[in-house]
Amino acid sequence: MSSAWKAHQRRLAPWLFLAPGILMFLVYVIIPIFQSMWISFYDWDGLGQAQWIGTENYVELIDDDAFYTSLKNNVLWLVLYMLAVPAGLLIAIFLNQTIPGMRLYKSLFFFPFVISQVVVGLIFSWFYAPGFGLLYGIIESLTGTGVAILADDRYVTYGIIAAGLWPQIAYVMILYLTGLNNVAPDQVEAARLDGAKGWKMLWYVILPQLRPATFIAVVVTVIGALRSFDLVSVMTDGGPYGSSRVLSFYMYEQALSEYGYRMGYGAAIAVVLFAIMMVFISGFIWKMWRDETER
Amino acid sequence: MFPRPVEQLSPGMQMAYKLAVPVALFLWLLPLLGVAVTSVRPASDLAQGNYFGMPSGLAFENYALVFQNTPMLQYILNSFWVTIPTVIGAVALSCLTGFALAIYKFPSNLIIFFMFVAGNFVPFQILMVPVRDMTLQLGMYNTWYGLALFHIAFQSGFCTLFMRNFIKSLPFELIEAARVEGVAEWRIFWYIVIPLMRPAIAALSVLVFTFIWNDFFWATVLTNSPETQPVTAGLSSLNGQWIAQWHLVSAGSILAALPPVAMFFLMQKHFIAGLTLGAVK
Repeated sequence: MSSAWKAHQRRLAPWLFLAPGILMFLVYVIIPIFQSMWISFYDWDGLGQAQWIGTENYVELIDDDAFYTSLKNNVLWLVLYMLAVPAGLLIAIFLNQTIPGMRLYKSLFFFPFVISQVVVGLIFSWFYAPGFGLLYGIIESLTGTGVAILADDRYVTYGIIAAGLWPQIAYVMILYLTGLNNVAPDQVEAARLDGAKGWKMLWYVILPQLRPATFIAVVVTVIGALRSFDLVSVMTDGGPYGSSRVLSFYMYEQALSEYGYRMGYGAAIAVVLFAIMMVFISGFIWKMWRDETER
Repeated sequence: MFPRPVEQLSPGMQMAYKLAVPVALFLWLLPLLGVAVTSVRPASDLAQGNYFGMPSGLAFENYALVFQNTPMLQYILNSFWVTIPTVIGAVALSCLTGFALAIYKFPSNLIIFFMFVAGNFVPFQILMVPVRDMTLQLGMYNTWYGLALFHIAFQSGFCTLFMRNFIKSLPFELIEAARVEGVAEWRIFWYIVIPLMRPAIAALSVLVFTFIWNDFFWATVLTNSPETQPVTAGLSSLNGQWIAQWHLVSAGSILAALPPVAMFFLMQKHFIAGLTLGAVK
């Protein structure tokens, strides 16, 4: 083979390797994002002729109480879901020992993450169920009256978030357990000789070394909080009276449900959710980009 | 090591720790254990109000009832039909893209890489209407391949991130040496890089299996009948029919959870390596 062909081959090769992956990703992910933005300016039932209505869908959103309920719940999810990060760290520290059987204990603690969110939702529905449920029973025996968490609009979102935290804490825990495994032992020993211990040690010596784990934990927790759909759908279907809706669920409800097929309005809700998530995604990408180019 | 190893503490404290771990685990898994016990509780117990006490017997017939009276077996098979092709497709695609992005330097390399990374984080709802419409237009609505094709495309985002980082950590001298010998690029990929990627392929396969098995949103958007619905969507619709028949709901839940749990225990080392290696380097 001539050397000209070889040089040429090396320039062409990456594109040949990339072609199938890029093609699939463009067709199913990148292009649909822009199509959704486009559809959000139409009134469309998914079957008939779509009608251009400009920004009317967005104008309607501004006066939509259900939209604000969903938005408020999304904020609640985001804030409370972040508890998974310190909680996961706490469990990881608790379990970072080498007693017999520890490997099995760690795997069992990780268990909730492996289970489908649909199953997690059903497990917690049972846990909370009035009369049948374990938590209901415990509350009843302690206070005399049970609380039907999923039927009460004051508690319902908290109840669902608690169910979501269960697998999320397990995920964060495993990230931190691996991180703790990689903490430099000589630095810990040196700090110990200097008299550091407890919180001081954690804050000044351990946490800085866990920064990559913390970054990933925050990324997956933020994304997980804003993607919450399965639990709401399985546990309450948005109820009671729509009080546990989140944007992802409300979008689905508008676009594909018994309330009618409002694809344009649904797309407008999706665009709002996308805009919120893009704020976080850009932040993550910016940090990863900096790490990549600095190396 | 942090925290201080318990071996350095007094024997009393060591005992306390060894007791505290199983107790904490019990509390942590309490909801799951409750459901597991409910799944073998005879229906008569529930009728008599025995919700939390010892079951009066082990009622494995709850599981038999689920299989006899519902399409549960079909749902589980459907899940395999979607999950296995997705694992193969997504891992194969990302071996190619990961190799291209890790080995070759070209101007748009990082931009393409971050397109995959960013796409992997977007909310599903922004894709829902166009993807559903396209699947309908192509006549693939309510088929296993319609669902699997979408999953392959979407998972290739995360998988590319994972594979590219893994290949980047391999010794680059191997590839340079092969190039000096005049080995063609695709041969380098097939005979040098792929054999080294075995642990990454194993880790990614287990992860993608779990992600796809547990997917609920796309299952409800792209399928609608028991002949094609995966187990997550099936279980959700069964839950609507079994109002408060918790022994059946529990048995169904345990069945739906079993395959990924078995996968996790069989491939535990790969699973954890996968979750962390792709992410925390």
